Amino acid sequence: MAEIGTNGNLLEVKDLRTYFQTEDGTVKAVDGISFELKQGETLGIVGESGSGKSVANLSIMRLIPEPPGKIVSGSVMFRGRDVLRLSPREVRNLRGRRIAMIFQDPMTSLNPFMRISKQLMEATQLHLGHSKEKAREHAIEMLEHVGIPDAGERADSYPHEFSGGMRQRVMIAMALSCQPELLIADEPTTALDVTIQAQILELIKRLKAESGASVILITHDLGVVAGMTDHIIVMYAGKVFEQAPTTELFERPGNPYTRGLLRSVPDPTAEQGKLYQIPGLPPDLAHLPAGCPFAPRCERAEEICRQEFPPFVQLAPDHHSLCHFADEVYAQSSSEP
Amino acid sequence: MIDRADKPLISIRDLKVYFPVSGGSLFSRSQRVVKAVDGVTLDIYSGETFGLVGESGCGKSTLGRAILRLIEPTSGQILFRDRDLAHLSKTEMREQRRHLQIIFQDPYASLNPRMTVSQIIGEPIETFRLARGQAKRARVQELMELVGLSARFLKRYPHEFSGGQRQRIGIARALAVDPDFIVADEPISALDVSIQAQIMNLLDRLRREKNLTYLFISHDLRAIRHVSDRVAVMYLGKIVELADGKTVYSQPLMPYTKALISAVPVPDPKVEANRRRIVLEGDVPSPINPPRGCRFHTRCPYAIDACSDVEPKLVQIRPDHFAACIRISPEQPDIERVAPGAAPGLWQHTAGPTT
Repeated sequence: MAEIGTNGNLLEVKDLRTYFQTEDGTVKAVDGISFELKQGETLGIVGESGSGKSVANLSIMRLIPEPPGKIVSGSVMFRGRDVLRLSPREVRNLRGRRIAMIFQDPMTSLNPFMRISKQLMEATQLHLGHSKEKAREHAIEMLEHVGIPDAGERADSYPHEFSGGMRQRVMIAMALSCQPELLIADEPTTALDVTIQAQILELIKRLKAESGASVILITHDLGVVAGMTDHIIVMYAGKVFEQAPTTELFERPGNPYTRGLLRSVPDPTAEQGKLYQIPGLPPDLAHLPAGCPFAPRCERAEEICRQEFPPFVQLAPDHHSLCHFADEVYAQSSSEP
Repeated sequence: MIDRADKPLISIRDLKVYFPVSGGSLFSRSQRVVKAVDGVTLDIYSGETFGLVGESGCGKSTLGRAILRLIEPTSGQILFRDRDLAHLSKTEMREQRRHLQIIFQDPYASLNPRMTVSQIIGEPIETFRLARGQAKRARVQELMELVGLSARFLKRYPHEFSGGQRQRIGIARALAVDPDFIVADEPISALDVSIQAQIMNLLDRLRREKNLTYLFISHDLRAIRHVSDRVAVMYLGKIVELADGKTVYSQPLMPYTKALISAVPVPDPKVEANRRRIVLEGDVPSPINPPRGCRFHTRCPYAIDACSDVEPKLVQIRPDHFAACIRISPEQPDIERVAPGAAPGLWQHTAGPTT
């Protein structure tokens, strides 16, 4: 397989569009997103429900059910090859082996009728050609590695015998058992309690540091991406609204939507009072307004926002924002303490 | 603000809610109980938002529902206006529900899908015979406007609304009977970030305008801190710490509370990079067979032998700041000073090179 280019990108997504045909019309769930991921980096994709963040990643993995969905354009270059043009067999080989995923609810990925050891062994037997003995040994090693106590004895349990946090550990063990180069984690801690969330995030961080894998972390929680990522993409209505290095995005957001999101998270250290709120509701993707999809909720919107689709403005070498007034919003964020 | 000279609106005294579970094998059925709420005592004052926070399975929702008798308490008292709700007959309790309402986490599951919004909001008005005919319709419209829903939605069904709008319908229904007290059980947990802020602001405005009192139940520490005047932290059926919201966050006493607060991700990369986080080992133990003594001792880095024997009482450690831990006292409230270095490896750097 081709090597990583001189630019160091493991993954390059260009103009990806995934549409769904519904009774209501065409839903443009992902509508022309582009991003890059360097080897060893963690990218956060932040958005609310319906923003397209999960569909984007299912598209990268070629897991969009067709119909009703269809990837209508774009390319997903993984180590120089376009995933969208691979044969089904090649895709299967990629998934699980070189690209692995973990989801919000481990029970959707774990087979409830199969012992955990068996599920872990399947992947390495299939992808790495391990013998049964070797695969079992490796499975127990992986379970120990993700912090399952008494892994040797508990390996033969069924998923329901584990707590939510432990199941998420099992899924991480499974995802990492073939040493993938890219791990996609879709809301991996959303269903967990906060103390368990802290455990799982620490675990992902440690394993990433050890393995050197790249990670895409999809979440609605700005707090989670703040501590975990190098770069962040903010999605809204199927579009990338802003992308920037993590610190830059939090300190100098250049998009009114990002600014609004950041301000609407309660700060435990601040005084109480009225919380900033973004008015209105997320748009109906089948009936998007003309112009900027965020305009009806945006405090900065003017006539042009309701008529013309906004440009993707470059604010700094690595920082882009989809907004007619990106420069102004960026300047405003920069002047604030 | 709360006037503590007032009598509490709700006084809960040693409330217990036990659920029987059949244990053992099919052939040797032994009755065991889950002690979901195990001796909770607290006062909620008129006009305040009382925050109840804890992880799943700690009993916070059971406590909220038991106050309204949606779940029957096993023992204890729930005093509301000189009546003990825990000991009212079903009919008497139904009358009281006019004053005590609840908002649920998933407004979709709690709204009848076959009823229009106007029927849903109008139902409690009919049940309590508060208005009829034109007066009822006017009242429903007024409630919809109050929660920020357009009156043109009156004839629509719940599935036609987004999660945030459905939560507004749930709030309008709760307000229809002009209650004094509302249990808000994870009212924002199922909502998007931008919508959470809207609902928190709405609840706060309604509290001020309608002189409401809330028991706000959530696992979300950021939200609890924002909305609450006072906060109680629950762990395995017991309240382990209680103080005003600011104090609980800035000067927590209990090792469990400290761990909870340090586990909350902060939306600031600089803070996250330099933050010391307490990562608790293990899961919350099963409430069927909770640990003896202090229920947190199995995960507590400061636990000593006595912690597995003595059940700690919730006592005042600082003025208006209560905690249930035998290792701290008013004389020495700081667990780190009581047991310096007792928790090697507990404090972990979340970032930076490991040494």
